[in-house]
Amino acid sequence: MRRVAQPATLGWAPNELPAYRSSAKRAPQAAAIALPSHLMPSQGPRWGPEKLRAGAGDLTTQVPGGTAQGQRILVHGRVSDAAGRPEAHALIEIWQANAAGRYWHPADQHVAPLDPYFLGAGQVLTDAQGCYEFLSIEPGAYPWGNHPNGWRPKHIHLSLFGAGFAARLVTQLYFPGDPLLPLDPIFMGIPQAARRARLVAKFDLLHSPPEWALAYRFDVVLRGHAATPLDAH
Amino acid sequence: MRRPTPAQTVGPYFSLALDWPQAHQVTHEPPLGVAICLRGQVFDGDGLPVPDALIEIWQANGAGDYPTRGAASGYGFGRASVDSEGRYTFLTHKPGPVTPQEAPHIHLTLFARGLMNPLVTRLYFGDEAARNQHDPALAQVPLARRATLIAALTHTGYCFDIHLQGPLETVFFDV
Ligand SMILES: [Fe+3]
Repeated sequence: MRRVAQPATLGWAPNELPAYRSSAKRAPQAAAIALPSHLMPSQGPRWGPEKLRAGAGDLTTQVPGGTAQGQRILVHGRVSDAAGRPEAHALIEIWQANAAGRYWHPADQHVAPLDPYFLGAGQVLTDAQGCYEFLSIEPGAYPWGNHPNGWRPKHIHLSLFGAGFAARLVTQLYFPGDPLLPLDPIFMGIPQAARRARLVAKFDLLHSPPEWALAYRFDVVLRGHAATPLDAH
Repeated sequence: MRRPTPAQTVGPYFSLALDWPQAHQVTHEPPLGVAICLRGQVFDGDGLPVPDALIEIWQANGAGDYPTRGAASGYGFGRASVDSEGRYTFLTHKPGPVTPQEAPHIHLTLFARGLMNPLVTRLYFGDEAARNQHDPALAQVPLARRATLIAALTHTGYCFDIHLQGPLETVFFDV
């Protein structure tokens, strides 16, 4: 009998998802081994502002001579730990397709135009209250070959480093009302609807810079114990 | 308590944002320990190289200390994308034992297309057999699988291959 490894956090996706073809040969078959917490490092890596590229919080103006095409959006939110404490100075890395659904990446061969003024990568740090924001454009959906006429819903990839080793997260932000969401094996891989809903940003007109950009709010909760590492390990 | 935000796969295009120049060269707060080269290759369930994985390492310095809390410079952290043959390389320093009971080790986290969650493992050193024997984390691993966590010392440095499936499947840990 095959034992499928389950992640420690209930409600996350199982590693092996039959509807997500790439998982078949890559998901480990043995269960992950739990270690006593004192054997895991309490801290994780940290960065300061010197880590950030200049202008990395604005994905629309990274190429001199023009601005990115598409619907301008301001994404903002708060990053906290499970107790609600802010994840201050957490590094967030961002990547996404352009408005037409194409990545600035040699492996992306989708027949959609590249935008010479949109590279689709950014970085921000949260502030002392755990808040962040970045400016971008709404990404397009794109076909991905997982199944016939399979399209990824519009999404933005986010990578976050919280204050503990366990507070490392790579996830995806989705947009409300996207008709592709219930058809997407990666989004639907999260078993419970309430947990999936955490991956859908909220439209936030009140935060929208008037006559300039539409705002979406995306709050993130990281695992681990940000404020009180037990010791210097 | 709030439920954590679920993870999603890193997908195939992460290098856009996650490849940093020289990120495979790990810097440390002194004392540094012995400079080492760490290489390996990532394989899938068919034994084929995985060409689109990202590996991050996190480790103590030569004295067995993790970077000082509050240090905001990425000390002790390394990141490398694998190449088209699934190969990765880190230039770092051999960590010291974090506690007297523990053998020196490096935490290694793997992200890839096809993986909904990151995989976390620990690399131990082949030339530390005596300490490995008494390591409390290795003791949690069935004897027959412990070898998957031991990096072999070769003439070009330490070699640590990662098998996502199959008879040599690497042991992964809950975080
Ligand atoms: Fe994507």
